Amino acid sequence: MSDLVTIFVDGIELQVEQGATVVDASKRVDVDIPVFCHHPKLEPVGMCRMCLVEIGMPMRDRATGEPVLEEDGSPQINWGRGLQTGCTVRVADGMRVRTTTDVVDEARENVIEFLLTSHPLDCPICDKGGECPLQNLTMAHGLGESAFDFDSKMQNEKHVPLGELIFLDRERCIQCARCTRFQDEIADDPVIGFHNRGRALEIVTLSDPGFDSYWSGNTTDICPVGALTTADFRFGARPWELIPVASISPHGPEGANITMSTRQEAKSGGRVVIKRIMPRQNELVNEIWISDHTRFVHHFADAADRLTKPLIRKGGVLVETDWDTALTTVAEKLQAAGSSAAGLSGDRPSNEDLFAFQKLFRQGLKSHHIDLAASRIAGGDVTAQVGIASGSNLLDLGRGDVIVVVASDLHEEAPIWWLRVKQAAERGAQLVVLNVRPTRLDKFATHLVHYPVGEAVATVRQLLGAAQISDGASDQIGKIAEAIVGATNVVAFYGYEGLTYAETDVLAKSLANLLQVKNSDGHSHVGRVNNGLIAVWPHNNTQGAWDMGIHPALAPGYQSVDQPGRSAAEIYSGVQDGTVQTLFVMAADPVGDGLMNGRGLLDFLVVQELFLTETAKVADVVLPAQSWAERDGTFTNGERRVQRYYPAIQPVGESRPDWQIIEQIGHKMGLDKPHFAASLVFKKGIAAGVPQYSDMDYRSIAKVEKQYPDVGGEDLYYGGTSYENKHGLGQQWTSAAESGDVAMFTVPDVTPSAAGALPVIRTAALYTPGTLINRSDVLSPRMAQPTLHLHAADADRLSIATGDAVIVSVNGQSLQLSAHVNGAAPQGLALINGVSYAAGVLDAKIETA
Amino acid sequence: MTHIILRHHDVENIHELSVYQANGGYEGLKKAFSLGPKAVIDEVKKAVVRGRGGAGFPAGLKWGFIPGGDMQKYIVINTDESETGTFKDREILEKNPHQVIEGALIAAYAVGATKIYNYWRGEYMDAAYACEKAIKDCYASGLLGENILGSGFSCDFYNHFGAGAYICGEETALLNSLMGDLGQPWSKPPFPAQEGLYGKPTVVNNVETLANIAPILVNGADWYVGLGTDQSNGIKVVCLSGHVNRPGNYEIEMGKVTYHQLIYGEEYGQGMRDDKGFKALLPSGGSGPVVTADALDADVSFEGLNPFGSMMGSASIIVMDEDTDMVWATEKMTHFFKHESCGKCTPCREGTFWLEKLLIKINKGRGTQEDIQKLERVATQIQGKCLCALGEFATSPVLSTIKHFMDEYKAKVNTAVPVPAD
Ligand SMILES: Cc1cc2nc3c(=O)[nH]c(=O)nc-3n(C[C@H](O)[C@H](O)[C@H](O)COP(=O)(O)O)c2cc1C
Ligand code: SF4
Ligand code: FES
Repeated sequence: MSDLVTIFVDGIELQVEQGATVVDASKRVDVDIPVFCHHPKLEPVGMCRMCLVEIGMPMRDRATGEPVLEEDGSPQINWGRGLQTGCTVRVADGMRVRTTTDVVDEARENVIEFLLTSHPLDCPICDKGGECPLQNLTMAHGLGESAFDFDSKMQNEKHVPLGELIFLDRERCIQCARCTRFQDEIADDPVIGFHNRGRALEIVTLSDPGFDSYWSGNTTDICPVGALTTADFRFGARPWELIPVASISPHGPEGANITMSTRQEAKSGGRVVIKRIMPRQNELVNEIWISDHTRFVHHFADAADRLTKPLIRKGGVLVETDWDTALTTVAEKLQAAGSSAAGLSGDRPSNEDLFAFQKLFRQGLKSHHIDLAASRIAGGDVTAQVGIASGSNLLDLGRGDVIVVVASDLHEEAPIWWLRVKQAAERGAQLVVLNVRPTRLDKFATHLVHYPVGEAVATVRQLLGAAQISDGASDQIGKIAEAIVGATNVVAFYGYEGLTYAETDVLAKSLANLLQVKNSDGHSHVGRVNNGLIAVWPHNNTQGAWDMGIHPALAPGYQSVDQPGRSAAEIYSGVQDGTVQTLFVMAADPVGDGLMNGRGLLDFLVVQELFLTETAKVADVVLPAQSWAERDGTFTNGERRVQRYYPAIQPVGESRPDWQIIEQIGHKMGLDKPHFAASLVFKKGIAAGVPQYSDMDYRSIAKVEKQYPDVGGEDLYYGGTSYENKHGLGQQWTSAAESGDVAMFTVPDVTPSAAGALPVIRTAALYTPGTLINRSDVLSPRMAQPTLHLHAADADRLSIATGDAVIVSVNGQSLQLSAHVNGAAPQGLALINGVSYAAGVLDAKIETA
Repeated sequence: MTHIILRHHDVENIHELSVYQANGGYEGLKKAFSLGPKAVIDEVKKAVVRGRGGAGFPAGLKWGFIPGGDMQKYIVINTDESETGTFKDREILEKNPHQVIEGALIAAYAVGATKIYNYWRGEYMDAAYACEKAIKDCYASGLLGENILGSGFSCDFYNHFGAGAYICGEETALLNSLMGDLGQPWSKPPFPAQEGLYGKPTVVNNVETLANIAPILVNGADWYVGLGTDQSNGIKVVCLSGHVNRPGNYEIEMGKVTYHQLIYGEEYGQGMRDDKGFKALLPSGGSGPVVTADALDADVSFEGLNPFGSMMGSASIIVMDEDTDMVWATEKMTHFFKHESCGKCTPCREGTFWLEKLLIKINKGRGTQEDIQKLERVATQIQGKCLCALGEFATSPVLSTIKHFMDEYKAKVNTAVPVPAD
């Protein structure tokens, strides 16, 4: 911790960290200095001049250096020259701050009056009206009337699309540079900037396509006026009509905390609808930021083509039916299949859903044939042992610490982690990046290794070897090993880019062993706060799926089963050869994803879904599930933080929560009566059946405590309109290493997939087309197009040019892609982007279409 | 008098390297090499060369703030010269470029900088071509580049053009512009000496300031201290313009010449144009308060105008005769500041706009008594609240003309036909 200094704000004495700004320090004792340009997460600029205060320092005798005292013995204060900006001045010991004097009041009046001379005052039609810092501070500090009696306000463009997602109203902008600084400092996408000067100073986009950033929506939260608005919320509702509902991002493994602003409205037929998604502060998870994916993806919940009724196949076609018929049919078919029935789930449903799903199979049918429909990355069993310790916060990593990122493009796969890792590197943490190709993280890497194709595992093994021997080898791997072993804290992320499932297993175990290597003080990097392993899971609840036992060999809580069931791959082959007759698919589309070839020789297929997916189309029974927005539940993020989300909108049609449907089926099969609420599934099922969750309930997960910076309160001007967290910071379950030593893992051997003349890997894109994102019209222009990236030399050899249509055949599937040369691909490696998953290094056939 | 800076008046073709060298050129640099960096800074400190860019901060002190250590450091020459009525730096660089280059090299040697950037006002193309030639010659003669004159000290020199913005004369805006960013100042600290160009320690000096350095090293600080007054050592190039018979740049010893002499003296302005009466002058372009006839006997020095509530600044003296409409003149100056405001801080961006609005209204004969009060109020509303000095400058002509020429304002509003605001 940094040194504390004592300062006095309006006579209140307080201790604050050296280096804090006067504005931030004053906030600690609830003295609110009004600001526009200052933001506690951004570097100060001192441009709006709203925060002018009087600042004094104790005087010292020049000759002796002793403090000069007043007659009463108090130090004499030099109040300096005039007013100073509290947002740029840093605290110093003995500093006095006056924020309530007449000169300060007058300065605030003056600045507000100036700001309003070119502000349109169109509050009645402005989206920010009602939650506007300028409006609020005008009420608090402005004059009732302005002496500026000219009509000539700035006449600027009012609906400028900076990109498809963000619109700018140039008249409303008060030139505070929060948006540009956010893009420069936080997002590292300097794609918007100021143009021109004086009163003509205006925000422009510098990128093509406009405002090309995954973070653009955050600028609308921190803009202190209604200058920046999102394409899907602008002119959609007034802030005071909105009811905030706490939730969790339904996409990535980071578990970003969000708030859904909902409204019941006539134009939606009297339904409650989600009007917008905003960040909800959780300094342990996403601070006050969310990606545009998280912000804009929610439209699937309200999509017109949501399933509203159960469907049953009659005479070869799916027709609507009632719940009872559907449930009875499914129960009978499953029961008839008994222990031969198989279940595949996606990794998006809640813990409650997943727990109920495995219980139906394990207890109801005595079947262990359950798995994730698409298992891309192994290691849940490994992170259960040596995962990042509970109580950790990536925000605490900095100088002296090391972060390792292997085989993951965090910017695309888990943007919040990318942001936090980048920031840790900026705070001085050493960043080790190992990947087969360049990614956005390389720029921040202290040690960067681009290993040859197929050598991910070999490289990590080498690293482990070097760390175990610690012979001070001076080659790069030796240096990295030394940095890792010697670091105060180490957090290692691993992903699955270009790797098969088996390879990720080796990767997880090798890294786990690397973290367990003890340094000279006898410390290892597991089981301690701010240390441990993180898997870059593909979805919001992949972690929960592991924890709940959606695995053929691991029951809830990672308890091994005696007779493992079929894995997903085995289930798919069983579907083809007839050894699997009965299949239940929940929240996954294996047919659409190319994992399952139609319904094969299945006798019975039941699909539980939001939409009529390709898999649902060939099902016998389709059960309409509720989306996360319609109900409550919990997700567990990649840091093993269990977090609650709350119901925001009414159920669509007759849809039901997944856990409820499953328990109703179970009940028909003779299992217990369904629970009344998700909280009870958690309490009676999960807390009782998953040892790691035994100390949790819906109340403990919903606990909150005061967070700094203190944003989201009444003083919206301070941190922006992101929401205060009143509904839970979540609870992390403890990894095994926290309660005692864990054994080194036996690392199996694995043969990397054979690469052909031109190896191909699939790379992730945040906006990869998929069932949910496809329903978000605002994101459609940004969607990653199916693309084959080629290096110029490889393209030459294959006589392929940018824009050429190519057909790439992998795994018996042929993908129609558009070629892009000179983009991201290194020589000798082709990249497939914008298509659903394909594992490992592929020996693909590339032809021009 | 022989010139110390405007030496081209005494020595023909001194802009040629050979001529400059034949007349003692680059002896200051050699002296610096023999003294060593620390002694050079001490010598310049002792001479107390106050910055000629307007703020008057002692150059030696500024150099002394540059931290030791091996990091990259820079010297930046401020040739933005955009203050109204200022045109000295152009003449110095065009006619006597080597003296500036030599000064910059001494500065670089003293603080350990290995790169010199000369930031030019965009319109000064011609002068920059002359300078460009001087630099080429220096490289060819081993005065720039690797191991200068065998001293082991290496330094490069680059000319860079601004795009014509007054604010880019402000040192931090200049550095932003030089780095390719928007020409807006930053809130100090950090000062350029701590974190300047590309975040590295940087000295920003005015052209004229640097032109003083070589003569000081050659003749010694004591010689320099012997020139001028207690608070203003040495000589100053003043830019005389406006309603005088002979406008131009004149080199004077500080404290030895009054404003009256400058306007009427044979060797200077040679009197008012058309023998008109004198009304007022702007001692430091548009940015310093106007003074009237009672200040004419003040001498030209940093402290000379203190009793009259004004300042020498960069000594760009604009003289106005009895026919000058002071409210009109104020509007023109205010227009300049409004036009040049970078827009970064609120009071300057909005305040200068408002000031101009009011002045236009008054000048158009539509103003009221209240508008004069409002004008004064808006100016005080700007004062003391801006990010950089530009906003502060903008209030000077307004407040000082209201102080000295209230009758002219009154005359305009008394004859005015009140009309609704436009
Ligand atoms: C609005 C504004 C414009 C300025 N313009 C110039 C200029 O054109 N030339 C200059 O040398 N200094 C100018 N300055 C002063 C510089 O900020 C800086 O003080 C100076 O370059 C330092 O050099 P010196 O110490 O050698 O005078 C300006 C300052 C302000 C606030
Ligand atoms: S658009 Fe908003 S955040 Fe950006 S500069 Fe303008 S007022 Fe500030
Ligand atoms: S200047 Fe301090 S908040 Fe804007």
